[in-house]
Formats: sequence, C-alpha cells, structure tokens
Amino acid sequence: MSESFTKGMARNIYYGGSVFFLLMLLALTFHTTKEMPKRDHRENITESVERGKMLWEVNNCVGCHSLIGEGAYFAPELGNVYVRRGGEAGFKAFFKGWMNAQPLNIPGRRQMPNFHLNDQEIDDLAEFLKFTAEMDVNGWPPNDEG
Amino acid sequence: MNTLKYQSQAVAKPYFIFAMILFVGQILFGLIMGLQYVVGDFLAGAIPFNVARMVHTNLLIVWLLFGFMGAAYYLVPEEAETELYSPKLAIILFWVFAAAGVLTILGYLLVPYSTLADLTFNELLPTMGREFLEQPTITKIGIVIVALGFLFNLGMTILKGRKTAINMVLLTGLIGLAVFFLFAFYNPANIALDKYFWWFVVHLWVEGVWELIMGAILAYVLIKVTGVDREVIEKWLYVIIAMALITGLLGTGHHFYWLATPEYWQWIGSIFSALEPLPFFAMVLYAFNMVNRRRREHPNKAATLWALGTAVMAFLGAGVWGFLHTLAPVNYYTHGSQITAAHGHMAFYGAYAMIVMTIISYAMPKLRGIGEANCNRAQVVEMWGFWLMTVAMVFITLFLTGAGVLQVWLQRLPENGEALSFMATQDKLTIFYWLREIAGVVFLLGLFAYLASFWVKEKQA
Repeated sequence: MSESFTKGMARNIYYGGSVFFLLMLLALTFHTTKEMPKRDHRENITESVERGKMLWEVNNCVGCHSLIGEGAYFAPELGNVYVRRGGEAGFKAFFKGWMNAQPLNIPGRRQMPNFHLNDQEIDDLAEFLKFTAEMDVNGWPPNDEG
Repeated sequence: MNTLKYQSQAVAKPYFIFAMILFVGQILFGLIMGLQYVVGDFLAGAIPFNVARMVHTNLLIVWLLFGFMGAAYYLVPEEAETELYSPKLAIILFWVFAAAGVLTILGYLLVPYSTLADLTFNELLPTMGREFLEQPTITKIGIVIVALGFLFNLGMTILKGRKTAINMVLLTGLIGLAVFFLFAFYNPANIALDKYFWWFVVHLWVEGVWELIMGAILAYVLIKVTGVDREVIEKWLYVIIAMALITGLLGTGHHFYWLATPEYWQWIGSIFSALEPLPFFAMVLYAFNMVNRRRREHPNKAATLWALGTAVMAFLGAGVWGFLHTLAPVNYYTHGSQITAAHGHMAFYGAYAMIVMTIISYAMPKLRGIGEANCNRAQVVEMWGFWLMTVAMVFITLFLTGAGVLQVWLQRLPENGEALSFMATQDKLTIFYWLREIAGVVFLLGLFAYLASFWVKEKQA
C-alpha cells in the first residue's frame, strides 16, 4: 500500500473529498432553510418575540440554562419551560412571579440572579420562550422535564 | 545560545507564554464552577455561574487561538525556509489580541453582562449572548482584524518560501477558522436559524478546520522528533485530514436532529458522525507508527510524549466519547446532559489543549535558547505535569459520564409524571460532582507541575 499509494493521491482525496462534502453540506443547508419555515413557525415571530430573544441574549441566560439542549447544564432546560410551567393558561403568571422572586437565597442552593426586568420585558421574554416551545423540533425533549 | 533556524520564529514566544497564563485562569474558573455545582451559592453574588462559565470557555478558546498562532509563527518560517514576512506585525497583533482579550474578560467580571452589552453598543449589531460567542461585537471585530493580519503575514511568508504540505494544510485550517468565524456576525431573530448557523462556527471549527491545524502541528513535530521521511508523514497527514473533513462536514448534521430541521439529518448526522472517530484512530496509529520507525533519538522525550498523548486523548475524547452520544436515537435521551459535558472536556483537552502543549514542549527549549531539549530533570517534572493533567482529565470525564448516565436514567427516560425534575435530579448527582471537583484540583496541581518545569535546571555537580 505504501508504495503504490502516493502523497499526490492522498492530496487529491483530501482536496476532492473536502470540496465535494462541503458542497453537499451547502446543498443540504439550502434545502433545509427552504423547509424550516414549515417547522419553526416563523410567522409567529412578533416584535415582542424579537425583543425577548434580545433579552435572552444580553442577560446571558444560556450561561446557566440550555435551550433545546444547547447551552450550559447548570440550570433547567428552557426550550419547553412554557409547556412545563402551565402553557397558555398559567405560564405568564408563573414566569412573572418566578423572575421577581429571584434570588431565592436558599442556603446551598444554586442561585439565579435577579435581572431587574420590568413587566414589559418579562412579558417579552415569556413570548420568546413560548415561541421556542412551539417550534417543531422533531419531538425533543423526551418528556416535559426537559 | 541561539538555537533558532530563523530569527523571526522568536515571535512565537510571547504567544506561548500568554497562552499558558490564560490556561491557568481557565482552570481556576473551572474549579469555581465545579464548586458551584455542589455548593450552589458559592460566590453567587460576586461571580455568578454564567460569568464563571463565560470566562472558563472564552479563556479556553482564546488561549488555544494564541497557541495556534504561536505554533504557526514558529513552524511556518521553518517549513517555508524563509524569515517571517513581518515579525513587527506579529508582535503588534499579539498586543492588540492580548489587550482585547484581557479587556473582554475584565468586562465579564466587573460589570453585569447586560451593562457590557450596552457599553459596547451591542444593539447596533447584536451578536452577544450566544454560547461561546459571548464576546462583545467590538471584540469579535477585533478578532477578525487580528486574524486577517495574521493570515496576511503567514500568507506572504509562504508565498516567498517553500510550500510544504504542512504549511498548506495549516494555512487552509487557519483560513477556514477565520472564514467560519464570520458566521458569528449572523444573528437572526429566528432562534432556529440562529442556532443552525451558530454551528457553522462551533462545529466547523472544532470538528472541521481545527483538526487541520492539529494535524499540521502534529505532523511537524513528528517529523522533527522522529526524523521519519517527510514524504511519508505528509502522505498520512493528507489521509487523516481528508477523513476528518469527509466525515466532519456532514457530521455537522448531528447538531440538527432537534432543531426545526428535516428528519433526514438524523440519518446523515448519525452515519457521518459515527465515522468521525476514524481520523482520530488513524492519528493514533500514525503517531505511534512514526515514533516506532524513528530514525533518530531526539533528546526531547517530553515533546514525544505529548505528541503520542494528544493523539490518544483526542481519539478517546473526540472519537469514543463523541460516538457515545452521536447516534440520533441515543442523542434523543442524552442531548444537553452531563454526557455532553464529559465529551466536551476530554475532547478539548485531548485534541486541542494537548496539541498546543505538544508544540510548546517542542519549541520552547529552542525559543529560550536552551537547545534541542530541556534538561532531564525539567523533562521529568514536565512529564509529571502531563500525567497528572491527563489522568485527572480521564477521571473528570468518567465522573461526568457517571453523572450523565444517572441524569438520563432519572430525568429523561421515565414518562411524564414519573421523571424527576432537573433540580431534583441534580441533587442525586452530588457525589459525582464532588469527585469531579477533586479531579479538577489534581488537574490544577498537574498544571502547576507543568509550569514549574520551565524553571527546573540541572543540579550543579
């Protein structure tokens, strides 16, 4: 093998293979982005959802929580927290109470800071979490606990 | 004593030193976080977990980048057989990058994150607050400028010099690193699209172009320490990185299982990412084979140990621990659990932290004018550092894996109503987190031993 298989052949496999599979990734990405509107329900992105996403980002929520499995694993998954904590009927009331009760100051317990959000901001963040929970993500997580 | 072939290689030295300083910071913040996992309110007011984590992961990324840059400045001139195009530019960029890095970390630590976002005008081009891409937009722009200057400097050097496979692969990897980082500036309001293209930075870095960088550095060190024919080493370098990209590019699909994306990704992602261990396994065979076929006895035994170690640990961390949870039906239960954390720790240490320490181990004695290798006593201490850190990382990974398996068992597998909540589950994992923290302390001791080896001298007779 080492005699007949030359460096030039190896180089060609490298260049040819990577270009081919990069193009495959791009083609599949093109197809995926065409399909995604059916699943992410982007028609539901209101200004409130947009503001909520911005609040999610500038408070670095992903530094403790995960969102659909990505982020930190220090605090609960929030991609489906809307479902877990009451849904349409009860989530917003729960969420407002929760945010305002922080920090809980229970000795030894992991502590969430208070981010001093006003009512409008808490509502925007809730809308963002509702939007995330309503995306079709192929049935993940396995149960409501996230 | 001057032991450099090309004087401009000396610019690598501050890059390596600064990388090691940041490495210490990374581990200290890792220990703070590890403690917060079990003593939840430890430093909760001063350094909330999210801040410690940002510092921990960002320091890692930045010190690896410093290490890659130092490696490039060291090996490109020697491979190209010419002086670096502009040593002055390399030094200026060092200070720019170091200042930007320090200011960013201080920003994380000294003001609330939302204040940092305001101060740096995040609203003009919002890019902050996404995992690993927490840097203020202005820092990200700085990174792009530093990367462009760096690539210009290397490109001009290679253009006027010899174009070896190692140089071309390294340069391709570094260009890919810069190009894919540009996706960090794309942050649409649609969280699904945001996440999809976020992976173009994160995955295509660590499971794509960074493997080219790792492969090139490893090949360079293997040529130097074994004296095996360049043709042979470069041929296998091409084979390995070809496998890495052929599997890794569509392997991106293992991040698209649960993301408002078509189901076909569960097949494509599973098949291609199941093959991702192959290049790492090939790297193990290759490293051991070359060392066994060595034509010289290089006095730097420590560098050889690092080169073999990085291949083995990258295979275990990235290959085996990646495979553990990459198949879609498995990932359905393990996604975003402590198993992910276990994999992340060993993969980053094995593939990237260790490759940087490999090149530092090889290059530092020359950069410091000591010669081909440090004295025997220093190498023994360095190897203590190697074994303490590596064994500690194996245990960190095993404890986190234990925690992850139990977490999946309690929280993910049962039906609604029977599954434990996240926080209730975490309480059950305490013993694993304590053991992980102890292993983390051992890792820190290993790091101290490693750093101490730079000051160890031969006993005066």
